[in-house]
Amino acid sequence: MAKALYIDYQKCTGCRLCELVCAVKHDGISNPTRSRIKVMKWEAEGLYIPMSCQQCQDAPCLNVCPVKAISRDEELGRVVVDYDVCIGCRSCVAVCPFGAMNFNVIDKKVIKCDLCDGDPQCVRFCDVNALEFVSPDEISIGKKRDAAGRLSKAGREAGVLLAEL
Amino acid sequence: MPLKRKIAYIDLTTGDIEVKPIPIEVRKKFLGGRGLDAYLLYNHTKKGCDPIGPDNTLMVSGGILTATCASATARTHVMAKSPLTGLLGSANMGGFFAPEMAWAGFHHLVIKGKAKHPVYIYIHNGEIEIRDAEGIWGLPVTDAQWAIRDDLGDQEVKSMVCGPAGENLVAYANVMTGIKNSGGRSGMGCVMGSKNLKAVAARGTMDIKIAHPVEALEYNKRFIDQIISAKVNQTQGTLGTPFIWGATNSWGGIRCRNFQYNQCEYADDIEPERIDEICEETMGPYHMTGCFGCQVHCRAQYKITEGPYAGRYDEGPEYTSQGAFGGETDTPRANTVLVGNHLVDQYGMDNLETGSLIAWAMELYEKGILTKKDTDGLDLSFGNDEAVIEMIDRICYRKGFVGDTLAKGGIQASKVFGKDSFQYLIQVKGMSNLHSDERATPALALNIATGSRGSDHLRSRPAIDLYHLPQDVLRRIYSTPIPYDGPLSSEHTEYIGKPWQVFWQENCYMAVDCLGICKYHTTFLGATLPNFEDWPKVLYYNTGLDMTPEEIWMVARRCNMIERLFNLREGLTRNDLEKGDMLNHRYFDEPTRRGAPEVVGRVIEKDKFIKMIDEFYEHKGLDKDGNPKPETLKELDIENEPSHLV
Ligand code: SF4
Ligand code: SF4
Repeated sequence: MAKALYIDYQKCTGCRLCELVCAVKHDGISNPTRSRIKVMKWEAEGLYIPMSCQQCQDAPCLNVCPVKAISRDEELGRVVVDYDVCIGCRSCVAVCPFGAMNFNVIDKKVIKCDLCDGDPQCVRFCDVNALEFVSPDEISIGKKRDAAGRLSKAGREAGVLLAEL
Repeated sequence: MPLKRKIAYIDLTTGDIEVKPIPIEVRKKFLGGRGLDAYLLYNHTKKGCDPIGPDNTLMVSGGILTATCASATARTHVMAKSPLTGLLGSANMGGFFAPEMAWAGFHHLVIKGKAKHPVYIYIHNGEIEIRDAEGIWGLPVTDAQWAIRDDLGDQEVKSMVCGPAGENLVAYANVMTGIKNSGGRSGMGCVMGSKNLKAVAARGTMDIKIAHPVEALEYNKRFIDQIISAKVNQTQGTLGTPFIWGATNSWGGIRCRNFQYNQCEYADDIEPERIDEICEETMGPYHMTGCFGCQVHCRAQYKITEGPYAGRYDEGPEYTSQGAFGGETDTPRANTVLVGNHLVDQYGMDNLETGSLIAWAMELYEKGILTKKDTDGLDLSFGNDEAVIEMIDRICYRKGFVGDTLAKGGIQASKVFGKDSFQYLIQVKGMSNLHSDERATPALALNIATGSRGSDHLRSRPAIDLYHLPQDVLRRIYSTPIPYDGPLSSEHTEYIGKPWQVFWQENCYMAVDCLGICKYHTTFLGATLPNFEDWPKVLYYNTGLDMTPEEIWMVARRCNMIERLFNLREGLTRNDLEKGDMLNHRYFDEPTRRGAPEVVGRVIEKDKFIKMIDEFYEHKGLDKDGNPKPETLKELDIENEPSHLV
């Protein structure tokens, strides 16, 4: 199964390096509006949430596109835009529930995460591993392990409390 | 292209705005950031101008690499004549402001005059607007930033603001951005306040074309790997700068009770691990944050857990806050440090200066120079946590005799307090020393004595001098890019070779400040981090500017000399205790009383110290009085300053 971009926002430090390298990788230009990933911030609470394309199985952007410019690339597990077909109507931008389909006003075209053809630069540069490129089934296993860890810790603490009673 | 970023001249009195390109010759001579700001300051202020008058000029800038594909090009630099020292004022901060200004088309702002009523400057994709700030004036640091976003209807706007301290003309008010990124030390927020300038806001979506993007990306990865492989940065990334406190205090390098001790006892509650625990308890396991593009992420996040401020969110506390509100005042309680840190962040006031001056006032109170009558009944004894917190408030809002007087800065305050209060003031050029105690480290003492913006640990400190690095390592670092075959010593208590180290570091940090990157990404706290040899590639791949390590070194020397010229013009003389390259007598007369065997009983030996200054001047190309030799100015190609190139 193709790998997926997994975002663990808790780990994100909010540095926006992912935005920078994404724009430089794709366009050779530093400009966050060109980035396919975007970190949304609530600075007053110290909360930073990177947002990017989920490469949906049943993708609303793909379904809505009137000229069928969007398709699924099963090999790389991504949703891609064919710019030869795209008419720039921005229906996909409007329908994406995550805001992950962007419209680049400078080049006047829609842009979205293409997983850097299998070597996502945001993942490569994010040293805290807030971004990972993993098999989708690993994601839930990892989370299960974390949750189980918390439960067992809670269980042990409860056991100690009971023993003290 | 990064080199296409412009410079804007903004006159707040008339409302005139002029935008100009930055000529390539100017780039090659000064690069950008602090170096070019120093040139602009020297060219655009008149000798003797009133720091809080309309004639003072405020520079705001990013470095030449700001927002490019290099590591942590986050730094914003701010410069003006300092209301605290009457000499060079300069502040450097991380965060996200300078990159946003670069995406909005600008690298440098030169702000003159004084607005008739509170205003803020809004920079947006090549355009500059002066907007009304009546409703924002008076707001603390973060509220002011959020209010500007609401005013502009754009949550992506980044701004740098002055807080209430700047509005109230506290001489060491900061410029602030984000939650706690602080342009501190020399009162740049006070200069903003004096101009009725509440903020500079920026929002940009303009392209910065990278000259060689593929190489820039790959080199950046290599660079980052080098930076985060350094042990010191890994520790920074988990504990933040408080990690420095632990070893330094147990070793005997922390000022306590102003300058009476060099170690703070019973300080478990503010040890780095304890602070980290609080951060973890209140913000969870991932509680570090960082500046634009940085993988060091040295700032912790926390919430205050007790007292009237319980539940408030902030970042830090930095090593400086531990020293300012824990060590110097002998109040080593976590909550005092966390609350003190929060208040100065929100008021926009320099933590280090504030804590140092409170500690000084406490010593004056102990000695009877200040009494309960002066303090309006406040018990200003060392160890009184409430007094520390109360004094922060009194200084910011200039309440009561002592609060209002301390807000003027140490030297001015010593003139008001009289008696021998000045003798107890731990300062150079009118700026308080960091809470670290330099009596066992002559190199660091030389650094604070000669720093261009007053006593300062970020202008020339050879911090790695404390690591007892072997000769060959020292030699490798300090003899590039310019050969040096003089002595170098691995011993931090030694005097020999230190002037060269300080001179080298002065140039290293200037280069970093011109590039616009963070000092944790160079030879500051870690000996394996990038410096001159590594920068030409970063510069070339990102901007297309082709310069050798030696040329970058020359830029740094030139810019340092311009800062020197400015200080000389404003009255710096070598041995002047108020405006010179001289330490308070206590460094020479009072031996350290605590700490490790190699630390206890130390003073700075005055004759050796004088010799160090002589030697340092020689490296810089100054005469014995500290004035540049004509041949030095010629060598640096700044014989005819001010030359008004921009
Ligand atoms: S690079 Fe990683 S830590 Fe930095 S903003 Fe992106 S996801 Fe967050
Ligand atoms: S090391 Fe710290 S101060 Fe420097 S850029 Fe990174 S997060 Fe900011």
